[in-house]
Amino acid sequence: MSAPLLDIDGIVVDFSTRAGDARVLDHVSLDVAEGEILGIVGESGCGKSMTALSIMGLVPQPPGRLTSGSIRLAGRELVGLPESELCDIRGKEIGMIFQEPMSSLNPVLTVGEQIAESVRLHEGASPRAAMARAVEMLRAVEIPEADLRAKAYPHQLSGGMRQRVMIAIALACRPRVLIADEPTTALDATVQAQIFDLLQDLQRDMGTAIVLITHDMGAVAELADRVAVMYAGRVVEKGAVGTVLSDPRHPYTRGLIACVPHLEPDPPAVRAPLLEIPGVVPALTDLGRGCAFAPRCGSRIARCDAEKPPLEAMDGGHLTACWVARA
Amino acid sequence: MSGDARNSALTVEGLKVHFGGGRGLLGARPTVHAVDGVSFSVPAGRTFGIVGESGSGKTTTALAVMRLVPLTDGRVTLGDTVVSELEGEALRAARRQFQIVFQDPYSSLDPRKRAGEIVREPLDLMRIGTRAERDAKVAELFGQVGLRPEQRALFPHQFSGGQRQRLGLARALSTEPDLIVCDEPVSALDVAIQAQILNLMARLQRELGLTYLFISHDLGVVQHICDEIAVMYLGQIVEQADRVTLFRDPQHPYTKALLAAVPSVHGARADRRARLRLKGDPPSPVNLPPGCRFASRCPVAEPRCHREAPPLVERGGHRCACWLVGSGEN
Repeated sequence: MSAPLLDIDGIVVDFSTRAGDARVLDHVSLDVAEGEILGIVGESGCGKSMTALSIMGLVPQPPGRLTSGSIRLAGRELVGLPESELCDIRGKEIGMIFQEPMSSLNPVLTVGEQIAESVRLHEGASPRAAMARAVEMLRAVEIPEADLRAKAYPHQLSGGMRQRVMIAIALACRPRVLIADEPTTALDATVQAQIFDLLQDLQRDMGTAIVLITHDMGAVAELADRVAVMYAGRVVEKGAVGTVLSDPRHPYTRGLIACVPHLEPDPPAVRAPLLEIPGVVPALTDLGRGCAFAPRCGSRIARCDAEKPPLEAMDGGHLTACWVARA
Repeated sequence: MSGDARNSALTVEGLKVHFGGGRGLLGARPTVHAVDGVSFSVPAGRTFGIVGESGSGKTTTALAVMRLVPLTDGRVTLGDTVVSELEGEALRAARRQFQIVFQDPYSSLDPRKRAGEIVREPLDLMRIGTRAERDAKVAELFGQVGLRPEQRALFPHQFSGGQRQRLGLARALSTEPDLIVCDEPVSALDVAIQAQILNLMARLQRELGLTYLFISHDLGVVQHICDEIAVMYLGQIVEQADRVTLFRDPQHPYTKALLAAVPSVHGARADRRARLRLKGDPPSPVNLPPGCRFASRCPVAEPRCHREAPPLVERGGHRCACWLVGSGEN
């Protein structure tokens, strides 16, 4: 296996809140190699978006604080870099696409100008060359009549087109890592499928490493090579997508897969109730000493309440943080 | 007309909802054909699903059934009541029979009212029962949807998303309606919470004999909860069948594409490319094409499809609007 391009090692992020200190990320370790797609799955508040912000050096500070850990991009440490150097890396080395394409685009600039901006900024290209690159990028993300569309404002484009523009901006400087935070949540199913195809093409053609953040196991199954499941700020299971989906070891991963009504090509006439994960995600200010999932877990044993289970290898590179799975 | 009309809780015939039109400040205003000739019926105690993408008219259909948007044309019958003909006080009184659960549990509850008051409000407005009876009913409803009676004193912000949707359900149930229209009731919830709400809805239907009109873009959810499903595209039903038939034997090219677009946990990555893919976005509901509305994106469209709109034809309980279906060519 090649050395990881992006290597996140034991990052801890704390937030001061009115209800006390919250550990939003608790020793999160992840890595992604060139040309690989890593999926991060979990419910709201599990820390998946905060992981993305940490990589970009965008944790709001205060109230947030990255207290320990390291994030290396091709061997270069990003934690502790001055803002000016981080600015160079953001957009050039690491691109990011956000969930809401409408609110992440500037409504008073044409989409061409917005793509060209990052090319001018990071590569010092002339306005004319930057605009040519913008049109080329719009073509790469399969927007028809790219030279005309470059002169359009965001409100003149559909949701799917706007997300393509976001991808074009993120990829304009050919970053080595693309972070996609719920890139299709606001889109219709047929448009989502187009965006997934596009991401996969880009990853194959440009060798971009992609971190795909999602709540949809189906999306992970279709796109990602490896997956990390997060719960309450920790990675609870991680491994190759095929292994994790066919043989999930953590009770939370099992629940997450089973509680969703998956589309069946040949549905049974009689419907069983869906499996439920009882209760709700705990408040991060109030996690206790044990496993954060224990209060909702059907297989909990005494040890789960007393000690946090470490993330340990089960077999074949598949890691799980669960006392019961280990036994 | 599909389904048995005698036992139908809800019958919708030729429903049209157009927005705009006429003359505005800047000349003639365009007409948006949000719902354009939709007919279906829902047997009592069953769940009828409408799926489609944004702009398909599924939510407008739901709002029209609820009489929350003006109807351009068509007839909506609930039991023996022709809801579409009621006005004023008669309509207000009839609203007891049909209630709605909205998509966003964060904006559909009044933040300044206590949970108990929110659930009680329909009873107060409809003047159902005495004060004491209403209070007892609210306590009972809280139990039914899995909330504790003491939570009546809390405000909406003190509840989680799933609990708020339980409140929305309790409010809808308070007038003991025959029909509950559910507009994307679980879309705003985390996946683990979705299962709790879907199971609750299924249980309430069994216990209370409710009829649901269930609007969703999530095919997995629709397949799980609905008995009969209509697929809408640009204001019209393009295909309709029972849940087993629709997913086992989809006929309309749009339905096929929609099913193929759903990411599957069973599907291997390699399969993806082989599947049917749609290009582009739906055309605008303002400038509708003369023929089949799907023709511009349809992978199998023929010249005829661009000229003439195909009728919705029923074959053995399975309705489909496509020139190429049933002619031996598809």
